[in-house]
Amino acid sequence: MSLVRLDGVEKRFGDLHVLKGIDLKVEAGQVVAIIGKSGSGKSTLLGCINGLESHDDGRITVDGKVVSEDARSLRELRQTVGMVFQQFNLFPHLSAGRNVMLAPMVVHKAQGQASEALARDCLAKVGLAEKFDTYPDKLSGGQQQRVAIARTLAMQPKIILCDEITSALDPELVAEVLKVVKALADQGMTLIMVTHEMAFAREVADLLVFMHQGRVHEVGAPAVLFDAPQTPELCQFLGAVL
Amino acid sequence: MNYTFHFADVFAYGDLLLRGLWLTILLSAVSTVLGLIVGIAGALGRNSEIAPVRWLAGAYVELIRNTPFIVQLFFLYFGLAQMGLKMTAGQAALLAMVVNLGAYATEIVRAGIEAISKGQWEAGLSLAMTRWQVFRHVVLLPALEKIYPALTSQFIIVMLGSSVVSQISAEELTFAGNFIQSRNFRSFEVYFVITGLYLLLSLGFRQVFRLIGKRVFGKG
Amino acid sequence: MVQFTFWDILRNLLLAAQWTVLLSLIAFVGGAVVGLIVCVARISKNPGPRWAARIYIEVLQGTPLLMQLFLCFFGLSLIGLNVPPLAAAAIALTLYTSAFLGEIWRGCVEAISKGQWEASASLALTYPEQMRYVILPQALRIAVAPTVGFAVQVVKGTALASIIGFVELTKAGTMINNATFQSFLVYGLVALLYFALCFPLSLLSRRLERRLNVARAS
Repeated sequence: MSLVRLDGVEKRFGDLHVLKGIDLKVEAGQVVAIIGKSGSGKSTLLGCINGLESHDDGRITVDGKVVSEDARSLRELRQTVGMVFQQFNLFPHLSAGRNVMLAPMVVHKAQGQASEALARDCLAKVGLAEKFDTYPDKLSGGQQQRVAIARTLAMQPKIILCDEITSALDPELVAEVLKVVKALADQGMTLIMVTHEMAFAREVADLLVFMHQGRVHEVGAPAVLFDAPQTPELCQFLGAVL
Repeated sequence: MNYTFHFADVFAYGDLLLRGLWLTILLSAVSTVLGLIVGIAGALGRNSEIAPVRWLAGAYVELIRNTPFIVQLFFLYFGLAQMGLKMTAGQAALLAMVVNLGAYATEIVRAGIEAISKGQWEAGLSLAMTRWQVFRHVVLLPALEKIYPALTSQFIIVMLGSSVVSQISAEELTFAGNFIQSRNFRSFEVYFVITGLYLLLSLGFRQVFRLIGKRVFGKG
Repeated sequence: MVQFTFWDILRNLLLAAQWTVLLSLIAFVGGAVVGLIVCVARISKNPGPRWAARIYIEVLQGTPLLMQLFLCFFGLSLIGLNVPPLAAAAIALTLYTSAFLGEIWRGCVEAISKGQWEASASLALTYPEQMRYVILPQALRIAVAPTVGFAVQVVKGTALASIIGFVELTKAGTMINNATFQSFLVYGLVALLYFALCFPLSLLSRRLERRLNVARAS
């Protein structure tokens, strides 16, 4: 059974039809890269998977459970699905370590010591063990994004959603974040990422999804899609970005 | 003008002044804490998903902000007494100050919450926190930090406004002044001194708030 | 005890409310005139007036309006002027209003970006010309909403004139209350009448502010 499964998912914002029937299956351990023009519905799709966006039609199943709008089941869902954002969204009033510790303490009611150990462990995984007491405004963008990844890891999710996580970074800081993501992929984490880093998608992803006007326009192995795009839309898109 | 000022006649009542000063400080400090709590609750009410709660919180804010404090005080003290709810002057004074500050604090805190970016909510929710947990652990403190200057100004306005509670014989600083001038008939000197004390109080309170702000919002 | 019907009470309060309106108007207009001077002094390049204005604002914003009323009332009689309560209240409220309006307007002038000063200076405008043609027209636009908003504070401030014996809405309420002992009704009505005066001003201020924000966003 697929870890994540979308069947005919639809989403409207008023008159705007953002998702027009999305079907997608993601297996455990798979790395999925979603590409496409802005406005093609990529970020909305991610938001639907962890319930930050409600969907209007169709069905989303994560780890065997159907995603609903009920608050309790949403919280359960989000313990399975972590998310990393384009703008990091670190909590500015908490140190890096406290950012990571917060959810384990509040949601899992973990003890202070246990969650501190967990936080140090997670920060070490992203190479920021020594930044435990540093506040977000004293970190570079790349470091902030790595703390955000550590914060998600601390919840021990089965899936991590990455929403253009390098788009807000200065070019020289992109590599350090991608390195962390690559390491996660190598360890077998299930990743669904919206990205503009085509080279990275080609290297790391098992499955490439090209979205166009609210639909999955083309889907397949990255090598196949990059080297032999079947639709003129993908050709045009790749021509523009590569 | 051939008037001789007699400030010594005022300071002869030094202990009375000090007692009044102390009660003013006490009233202001307690109503600051309680008013802030009311303000946070009010702001949550203004953003509630339950429509009647929203309307109620809105009506509270508008009613208080568009009527004079002294009328609120009289209504609470005399009006409610007529309805059978009797309070001492001190209780009524405190209640009026809390109710008044609470309404202003509601609007200020609400503005602070609105100033927190949507991303903070999304990040908190994505970590499987409830809305309340996100509010409590992620949103509240940065929101208060953003509005801290507006909040402290409002606290000082309420402290200064507390001089009005002398009108229901709550024995704070202005009341002490009224009492002294009824004895020595040195109205101008008495109120001049009292005014000076209030000025010192507002300068002092501002410093205290600055230190508290540093403690609470200072990082590292 | 005199018998008052509901309509007697309301009629008397409405009559007294006229004095509240009059005192508010005097204080607001007077406060605006003095406030303009305070504002100009506060943003002056000359440190003398700047400091004087700063202390003036600090003192008036750092002391209770009630004390200002008392000092005007008792102080003026000290120098031999037997001032009626209306005059004392009008003077105190004017000073009070001027300090707040002066500070509000200073904020508006300073909200105009430095680029506007530089651009107008590089067009060889003098300081008064810069003010007259570039800065003030822009500052005025943003000043309208908070100024109207402060009018609410002025109306509410006039209630304190009751304490020095000026018969406006609050004083009338107290007098009727003393005659009828219907505190709940009387003070409830007094509050509603103030609300009727203030709420439209609050709404107007908010609408002006929103319109300005929309205009700026586009």
